Amino acid sequence: MAERKAWLYLEDGTVMEGRGFGGTSRRGGEVVFTTAMNGYPESLTDPSYLGQILIITHPLVGNYGVPSPKFLNGRLLNFEAEMISVEGLIVSELTEGSNYEERKSLESWFMESNVPGLSGIDTRELVKKIRDNGVMRGIISQEKLYQPLAEFASQEPLCLVKKASVSQPIEYAGSRRGNIVIVDLGAKQGIVNCLADTGYTIVKVPYDSDENRIMNYDPVGIVYSNGPGNPNELKRQAEELSKLLERNIPTLGICLGHQVAVLALGGEVEKMKYGHRAINKAVLERGSGRSYITTHNHGYAASGKGIDKSDVWFVSPDDGIIEGLRRGNLMTTQFHPEARPGPRDTEFVFGLFEKMIENARHP
Amino acid sequence: MQDTLKKILIIGSGGIKIAEAAEFDYSGSQALKALREEGIESVIVNPNIATIQTSKNMADRIYLLPVTGEFIEKVIEKERPDGIMVGFGGQSALNAGVDLYKKGVLERYNVRILGTDIKKVEIALSRERFKNRMKELGITVPPSISASSQEEAVRGAKTLRYPIMIRASFSLGGRGSVIARNEKELVEGLDKAFAQSGTGEILLEEHLRGWKEIEYEVVRDRLGNCAVTACIENLDPMGIHTGESMVVTPPQTLNDNDYQNMRSVAIRVAEDMKLVGECNVQFALNPSNGEFCVIETNPRMSRSSALASKATGYPLAYVSAKLALGYSLYEIKNTVSGSTTACFEPSLDYVTIKAARWDMEKFDGISRSLGTEMKSTGEIMSVGRGLEEAMQKAVRMLDIGEPGLVGGKIYGSIDLDTTDVLSALEEKMPYWFLYAARAMRDGIGTEELHEITHVDRFFLKKIEKVVRFYESNKGKKLEGEDADMARRLGFSESQLSIESAMPKIKRIDTVAGEWPADTNYLYSTFNGSTSDSAPDKRGGVLVVGAGGFRIGTSLEFDWSTVSLVRGFGGMRRSAVLNCNPETVSTDWDEIGELYFDEITEDTVAKIYSYGKFDNVALFTAGQAGNNIATGLERRGVKIYGSSANAIDTAEDREKFSRLAESIGIRQPDWIVAVSAAEAEKFADSVGFPVIIRPSYVLSGSAMKRVNNKEELHMYIRSAAEVSKKHPVVISKYLDNSIEAELDCAADSKNVIGIGMTHIEEAGVHSGDATIVTPCTISAYGIMKEVALRLTNEMAIRGPFNIQFVVNGNDVYVIELNLRASRSMPYSSKAVGINLIEHAITGIDGAFDFNGFHEPEHGAYLVKSPQFSWSQLRGAYPHLGPEMRSTGEVAAFGKTIDDALIKSWLGATPNMVPKSKVLVYGVSNVHNLEVAARTLGSENTLTLSGAAIDDAATISADEAVRMMRRREIGLVATDGDVRGIDYTVRRAAADLNTPLVLNGKLAERLAGAMSAEEITCMEMSEYS
Repeated sequence: MAERKAWLYLEDGTVMEGRGFGGTSRRGGEVVFTTAMNGYPESLTDPSYLGQILIITHPLVGNYGVPSPKFLNGRLLNFEAEMISVEGLIVSELTEGSNYEERKSLESWFMESNVPGLSGIDTRELVKKIRDNGVMRGIISQEKLYQPLAEFASQEPLCLVKKASVSQPIEYAGSRRGNIVIVDLGAKQGIVNCLADTGYTIVKVPYDSDENRIMNYDPVGIVYSNGPGNPNELKRQAEELSKLLERNIPTLGICLGHQVAVLALGGEVEKMKYGHRAINKAVLERGSGRSYITTHNHGYAASGKGIDKSDVWFVSPDDGIIEGLRRGNLMTTQFHPEARPGPRDTEFVFGLFEKMIENARHP
Repeated sequence: MQDTLKKILIIGSGGIKIAEAAEFDYSGSQALKALREEGIESVIVNPNIATIQTSKNMADRIYLLPVTGEFIEKVIEKERPDGIMVGFGGQSALNAGVDLYKKGVLERYNVRILGTDIKKVEIALSRERFKNRMKELGITVPPSISASSQEEAVRGAKTLRYPIMIRASFSLGGRGSVIARNEKELVEGLDKAFAQSGTGEILLEEHLRGWKEIEYEVVRDRLGNCAVTACIENLDPMGIHTGESMVVTPPQTLNDNDYQNMRSVAIRVAEDMKLVGECNVQFALNPSNGEFCVIETNPRMSRSSALASKATGYPLAYVSAKLALGYSLYEIKNTVSGSTTACFEPSLDYVTIKAARWDMEKFDGISRSLGTEMKSTGEIMSVGRGLEEAMQKAVRMLDIGEPGLVGGKIYGSIDLDTTDVLSALEEKMPYWFLYAARAMRDGIGTEELHEITHVDRFFLKKIEKVVRFYESNKGKKLEGEDADMARRLGFSESQLSIESAMPKIKRIDTVAGEWPADTNYLYSTFNGSTSDSAPDKRGGVLVVGAGGFRIGTSLEFDWSTVSLVRGFGGMRRSAVLNCNPETVSTDWDEIGELYFDEITEDTVAKIYSYGKFDNVALFTAGQAGNNIATGLERRGVKIYGSSANAIDTAEDREKFSRLAESIGIRQPDWIVAVSAAEAEKFADSVGFPVIIRPSYVLSGSAMKRVNNKEELHMYIRSAAEVSKKHPVVISKYLDNSIEAELDCAADSKNVIGIGMTHIEEAGVHSGDATIVTPCTISAYGIMKEVALRLTNEMAIRGPFNIQFVVNGNDVYVIELNLRASRSMPYSSKAVGINLIEHAITGIDGAFDFNGFHEPEHGAYLVKSPQFSWSQLRGAYPHLGPEMRSTGEVAAFGKTIDDALIKSWLGATPNMVPKSKVLVYGVSNVHNLEVAARTLGSENTLTLSGAAIDDAATISADEAVRMMRRREIGLVATDGDVRGIDYTVRRAAADLNTPLVLNGKLAERLAGAMSAEEITCMEMSEYS
């Protein structure tokens, strides 16, 4: 394939030239980075990245290609969604793969999906810029832009959660009586799969489902999923969750779902300078002295304002961010217990949730 | 932390041997640092004199004693430590620790084992118990059986499929392990495996041919918190020892599912042994379906953990020591970022490649094929932001005369055809990547090469990219984007004609840039557009390290490098450039500004210019440093210490001879011969024996002592082509002479120095000799005079070493080394000073004394060589003018005997014989006979064909049989009689029977074995 040039424009005026790959459309979004060194098929399909251009800090990306999708009982197993979620990808070097599961190269996947990529970029330089200045919007373009700032102005804010969520309920039948309802804010497939392992029927309902709609399923458990965008735009979801919490149904919030829960409990969620996007971060369990290595993908966080200290379950030892809450039958994690990509050290959260459901059903 | 701990004993790993090198100096030093931070008194036992951990300001109490239960017990009795750390001195320390535990010594003296419970460690070290435990946990292991006898092994093997891997328990560097393709090979391999097994137990395991080898480094605290701080992917498949493999960090070809599957199991393994500290878990991964097995775990610091620390910036040994003291992971700071904790898993925004270096040409008869036993003597690590870049840098760092993957000797050799190249790959010759590149040049595809090498296609394609680029651009002058691409692919300016450019300097920060880091742990890359930061200071000294270890250049130069940086203290800016991941000099915590990069003229010059340094110190870099001195000076680099001109004079035999003559210094006669006839004529005129070597090879290599005309002809025919282009240097061998040395530092006029004498006669390489200090030579005054004259004549500033041959009052100079020497840590510690610190005074100004000053000796210090014969399967153990030892150990004593016996016992596998002694030889016969008499004729046997008087004669076969039955506890011999005793010496090496290879040493040792007093004192008590 002939090499073509492409450019990244940042809203602070930075321009970086690299080699374009994949789709040729001009795409814009918030430019964020992940320090995960592998697991790019999972990261790139993670719906939390909707509306974002992703930088992968490891310099070689594409080393094991892209596998064919695998399904079990209608559930996708090896991607986090059926489509690429990111607006664009920035790497230092795009590589060709070599792996027993590889069905196509990363490059052809981006080509087929018409998502643009940019390689040959000093990603470390870019990351440092974001680290120092905070996240910025950016545009990947195949041609030189003479007035990039005008382009930023014309970008409309999207309701990303709406885009990420199912529009109609989807059911994955289980072997056990009872429904776990996922309020789909952009749920990763890994969450669905981990919950499905409990044996209950999993129902994904749209992001704007209210209390009644959720209760129609007579859920044994409710999950507020991860998802893209600003949690403070989800005031309605927080209100519905407050109502649901009064019913004391076992409820799990993950990532964005955790943030909605923070809002429901009267806490505050603020935008971080450049977020946590990595698979190497520790969280500390309050009181037990235990720490776990976890997967993170969030640009907003609860610093603890408005939160009852006794509700805190996990914190980050690095910056003190609230990493999880536990109160009654509610438990939440800012990190991703389903990992994908990342360490599975906190998969036990799903086990605790299952136990909570069982205790609630057979007190 | 456990506040009851006031004093802790750390066990070191002893002399450097293949598979136990500087990584344990690094680990131990980090542990000592952790103890110091806690205000805990530290005691170290390690006979390795060249280590940093036995230098000032590291441990509070230093014992230069053998790492054996017996000696450590004496230290415990004296020091009464509260706790002991056995995980920082490799397999040697761990075995000694297990021994002390089993004998009840630790319990008796109430010494707590810090870190992982020793009972759990024992399970991990016993291959059978470990496998059984894994099976109980439902973790897959390769099909295997264990055996404790030959018969049991042969019977058991019938239940397995060949090829079968034989593995020994509690052994080091894969010692005793081999792959057998059939029963015949199995039987052949069993002997050695049983001999090398610490427990008399071996394991037979189905060999997973073509599977990948993956390693994980796990840390765990006492509360059960775990982090997997590194994963290492071997490019070489299963069956090649990981110490030999080219490895990459982070892993490049694993998808998240496979990566996490193994990671989770690694944590379960650590969890099951209730690990407190660090362990390494090795996996075999089937590259066609992701199926995997656990192979083994090492519940201690290892070579891999040192590599993982350097590759990731996560200081495993330091963290491990803190964990052993009772801290939890999140209570320990991330020393690189300074703002986060040790409870995380490093993320790398670069790749590192580790490659091994072999010195096999020094050993006759050795099998060069790589396998499950480690044979390499050193390693290097390269860092880059592209794999091609990192691989090409790695090749240059090896310093084997290859300019990169392509364009060098193997790539261009007309003596090799494609068939040779493919068979080199099939036979697993060292440096497969160079052969692979050559094969690609010859048109062999990656698929075929994958079939032969089982190296993942991903890496082969990377090599292919380099080959393609080279083939389409060689001979061209590359500019602009082409030059840029060449540099990104790691080509050097000498490999292709590329316009010169400066690389970008980036930081290793453990977090891929996510958090700011202050640590100046740096590398250069052409895959980037900006440097992380411009150096905030200018001036100071760039100190160049010695790179990967090889025979003759080892830990001693690391000691010099670190000593120099410490010597500057906070007074002056200094930075280190080095590429050896094992060492203390590449510890960013020790070195404030560290460039982990190539030690080539080009890179040194570029980093010198980037860092705006005043000077470059090369004397710390060993011979490699001297080799680039002239080139660097020509490029305008200012050398710290003696001038490039002085270095050149010392290195150039002719120039040096002229100078020596002009100031009345004697040298043994020598000439450069360009024909066989000329060589013969010289030998005739001075008389045999003579020492001969090719002049184009660095000192010590391919050097031989030639006793008569026949041998001379043989040498000229076989070993070297003699011509104008390839002359040989022949020098008179001074029979019955002693060799002596001076280690010095000078200020261009005055000299501080320490004298040493060799026990073996001249002709045995100084690196292989047993050395005594203070100097025992009557003509010592002449040696000092020589040092002063040379200093004044050459305006020597800084460290240097002179080697002498002494015959009565005749003193001849053989060599002047204008650099730090191998023996400097030894000579320095003998008198309680640091010559490198004095060198700084000498270079910067002047000493406060006139003439030659030798500090006072408080006791004798004897240094013994540590050989790795057992690791070098097939090599014939003997001594000569070529160096073959891999390390050294030393001990103090009130008498020479007191020091000698402990020093000798400090080298493995030396032990005082409890059974018969075999003494024989055809040279130094008188000494051998005295040795035999001293040891008692009734205990002595001798070998037919090289028999000595007054001892019962046995055949070589009988000797081998007796050794196998452990009925011979020592073999003492001399010279080279391989026609008679090859099997005997080999069996001794393979069966861990102590070998003394020189008659004079045998005589002294025999006396020392019955020494009346063996002292076990702390280093300072001897002064």
